[in-house]
Amino acid sequence: MLAQLNYWAALPEIIILASASLILLIDLFIPDDRRHISYWLTQLALLLAAGVTIVTRNPDVIHGYHGLIVDDRLADVLRVACFLSVSLMLFYSRGYLVARNLFRGDVFVLTLFALLGMQVMITGANFLTLYLGLELMSLSLYALVASPRDHPRSSEAAMKYFVLGALASGMLLYGLSMIYGATGSLDLDTVARAIYERHGSRLLLTFGLVFIVSGLAFKLAVVPYHMWVPDVYDGAPTAVTILIGTAPKMAAFAMTLRILSGALQGSAVDWQGMLIILCVLSMVLGNLIAISQTNIKRMLAYSTIANMGYMLLGFLTTTGDGFAAAMFYTVSYALTSLASFGIVLLLSRQGFESDQLDDFKGLNQRSPWWAFIMLLVMFSLAGLPPTIGFYAKFMVITEAVNEGFVWLAVIAVLTSLIGAFYYLRIVKLMYFDDPVETMPIVVRGDTWLALSANGLLLLILGVLPQQLIALCATALAQSNFP
Amino acid sequence: MTPYLSLSIWVPIVAGIAVLVFGRDRDAGFARWIALIGAIAGFFVTIPLYLHFDTTSSSMQFVEFAPWIPRFDINYYLGVDGISVLFILLNSFVTVLVVWAGWEVITVRVAQYLAAFLIMSGLMNGVFCALDGILFYLVFEAMLIPMYLIIGIWGGPNRVYAAIKFFLYTLLGSLLMLVALIYLYNVSQSFEILKWYRVPLEMRTQVLLFVAFFLAFAVKVPMWPVHTWLPDAHVEAPTGGSVVLAAITLKIGAYGFVRFILPIVPDASRYLSGFVITLSLIAVIYIGFVALVQSDMKKLIAYSSISHMGFVTLGFFLFSQLGVEGALAQMISHGFVSAAMFLCVGVMYDRMHSRLIADYGGVVNTMPKFAAFMMLFAMANAGLPGTSGFVGEFLVILAAVKANFWLGFGAAITLILGAAYTLWMYKRVIFGDVANNNVAKLKDIGSREFWLLGTVAAAVLAMGIWPKPFIDVMHTSVSDLLQVVARSKL
Repeated sequence: MLAQLNYWAALPEIIILASASLILLIDLFIPDDRRHISYWLTQLALLLAAGVTIVTRNPDVIHGYHGLIVDDRLADVLRVACFLSVSLMLFYSRGYLVARNLFRGDVFVLTLFALLGMQVMITGANFLTLYLGLELMSLSLYALVASPRDHPRSSEAAMKYFVLGALASGMLLYGLSMIYGATGSLDLDTVARAIYERHGSRLLLTFGLVFIVSGLAFKLAVVPYHMWVPDVYDGAPTAVTILIGTAPKMAAFAMTLRILSGALQGSAVDWQGMLIILCVLSMVLGNLIAISQTNIKRMLAYSTIANMGYMLLGFLTTTGDGFAAAMFYTVSYALTSLASFGIVLLLSRQGFESDQLDDFKGLNQRSPWWAFIMLLVMFSLAGLPPTIGFYAKFMVITEAVNEGFVWLAVIAVLTSLIGAFYYLRIVKLMYFDDPVETMPIVVRGDTWLALSANGLLLLILGVLPQQLIALCATALAQSNFP
Repeated sequence: MTPYLSLSIWVPIVAGIAVLVFGRDRDAGFARWIALIGAIAGFFVTIPLYLHFDTTSSSMQFVEFAPWIPRFDINYYLGVDGISVLFILLNSFVTVLVVWAGWEVITVRVAQYLAAFLIMSGLMNGVFCALDGILFYLVFEAMLIPMYLIIGIWGGPNRVYAAIKFFLYTLLGSLLMLVALIYLYNVSQSFEILKWYRVPLEMRTQVLLFVAFFLAFAVKVPMWPVHTWLPDAHVEAPTGGSVVLAAITLKIGAYGFVRFILPIVPDASRYLSGFVITLSLIAVIYIGFVALVQSDMKKLIAYSSISHMGFVTLGFFLFSQLGVEGALAQMISHGFVSAAMFLCVGVMYDRMHSRLIADYGGVVNTMPKFAAFMMLFAMANAGLPGTSGFVGEFLVILAAVKANFWLGFGAAITLILGAAYTLWMYKRVIFGDVANNNVAKLKDIGSREFWLLGTVAAAVLAMGIWPKPFIDVMHTSVSDLLQVVARSKL
């Protein structure tokens, strides 16, 4: 099986790579007032890639490129979710990009390359592939954060992101090299076998594990590797923040799953303890610090940190059901997060960022519809029914209780009470206060449709979550985790 | 078979969505009519629940079952027994009153106001008929959202504080309940509440579960000392919000006691009954005194609600047929009486924009019809025989005396206190000379208000004079419940 090339296992990646190169070329010949051609080509590429992924889905696990990548149900589901979220991100940010002179071919191409990196992270079956995917994604994102070239805050954020990101990548690589030293392989399955058969030095393995968990924790943005998140979220243009805050989370989840469960399930006892610490710290600190924020992007950054903590709650059970719960959490969080930044993008316009909490004052009087969508988003982030966020929290807490972590479940619900406070504050600003801003909200038709659908989906999936839950569960069952 | 329970949930919710979609603030009349038709339709679909109810059976009736999330064995499982059926009727009835009461009073964002009440009404019906733990939790929590908005948007000057306090307080309780529900699922591999009645649990677990459920429901009831959100919420909420809070939302907490705590953790309930009874007596007596010194009418009624609900929890934890039936009767009666009292304050507030007792005096001179109605409701609040307030209090005191004379004695103090604070307020507001020019200019109630108060007055009198139809419905279910509670699960 490993001898086969199976190039079509990577067909969606090939499509994205080809489209990115093509758009880069075509964009050179397009005058500035026709940039929407590149935009629609990018959307088309995403649609095509998503279509191909769905059509070529396969009940079997297929290895490609001599075992460097794996195409399984997990990869299919997360790839499609990434295509969808990048596509929505482009819909939401179009007006924003145009107003800031960022509606350029290079932004689309970098976005596609970042997406390609995420796809590689999702499908990688070898430490090196995973690492390359991570770097491809990260480098594209660093450049995207710095895309407003004359903007000191963006440059500062990009610098910070780059330096800390490089450090984390270095740690991850260092850890991977130790695992290689202990087991003699970079292939995930071989490493897993070696650990089960107790080859190699236990000490070296555990030592490497610490570095790997640190590197992954940075990418997942959990405490204490969270320092970059608020600054980058705040400093980056909102159109890039929405990208950083959504699809990469799913890619990082896949990579964490493939490394920790796919390769290192044999050391689960060791990484479980580390994840418990990260989980508790993230839930507590993320929610506590978010209370004092006055900038919505920073608040959502701390909310991300807290939410990734809840995600780890499912992950640290080290069971297949727990991973399924964590996957459901990540996907539903990405969906909610998309809508939240979508609203922030919607309210900002030429020369006005709308990133302060006070900019949400009286939104219900300006536009009841968007206030309602934002209400759904906030209650979903807070984990209240009837929104999808409730089932996300419900599933991870259920799995934690099933594995006997009742105390973690209690901490999780108490911290989500703290979380409810700052999400409620947004609702309060929108509904109870009078507007300061009176400019009418101008929305393009396609953005209106996409954002409304996204918002309503939070409610619809909150009432009927069965399909999505089953999708996550079967994806993990078929991919044999653990 | 017609799915009456589903209809009772979904008719108001769909009507609420229709109001949101078709109602425009410029044409508020249209929104009001849709809402009223929706509320009345919602009430009519619940009537068959009473008419076709089999009072000889203690099992769940009108059962509806559909798989919902098979992975966790979560089902859309509805059913009512003699304990819950009356609350669905009460809730749907109160919804009509609330929509009607806000008719001319609410002028800002009318469509959203009415939609919030209709959606909440549907969700609360869901609370009373959910037989699946997660379905229950879903509606129990979702209900907070419209109430939060009602207090925060249409409330008084300090509404933001009250709304957030209300939300966080109730959320604190219910989140721990979620852990308890998940724990029970873990033990029984099912979210069916009825299956949990038969799951054996050791004492330590029972006590922990008791604490988790108790926090959720005690906050909702509310019991002393976690009652402090209620006066704030009541005072700041618009009239309709206060009515629903007092008449229905508080009942949900008490309902949780009989649906969850007593049958699921019977041993812990018996073990900790002294604790609950003590808290209940403190609520009855101490809060009664607190009510006596209030200068704000809404606050006074809020404290009187806490005191009356103390009677309910007292009745439950006597573990006798009389006590539980009395408590349930008290819940229904309090639903009518507190709704009526808040409507009365609303009538005065709409005219004077003040809730302070000191701003009134001699209202009877200008509003005789209103004074007559309020007299009846004040008497019912004080528990006068012949009104609905008497039935529940009498049964609970009887049960308490049977259990222990001094317990009954303590509980009976409420008859004095209740009469004191209600009638003293009534005297200061209604009787005496006309206090000031504003009172002199008051207009008596119009036909809308007359029929509104008249409807509730009829209900209060009917239940007071002939409580049998109410008690008969619950009789079999209560005795069955007591058998479940009597069985040890250790």
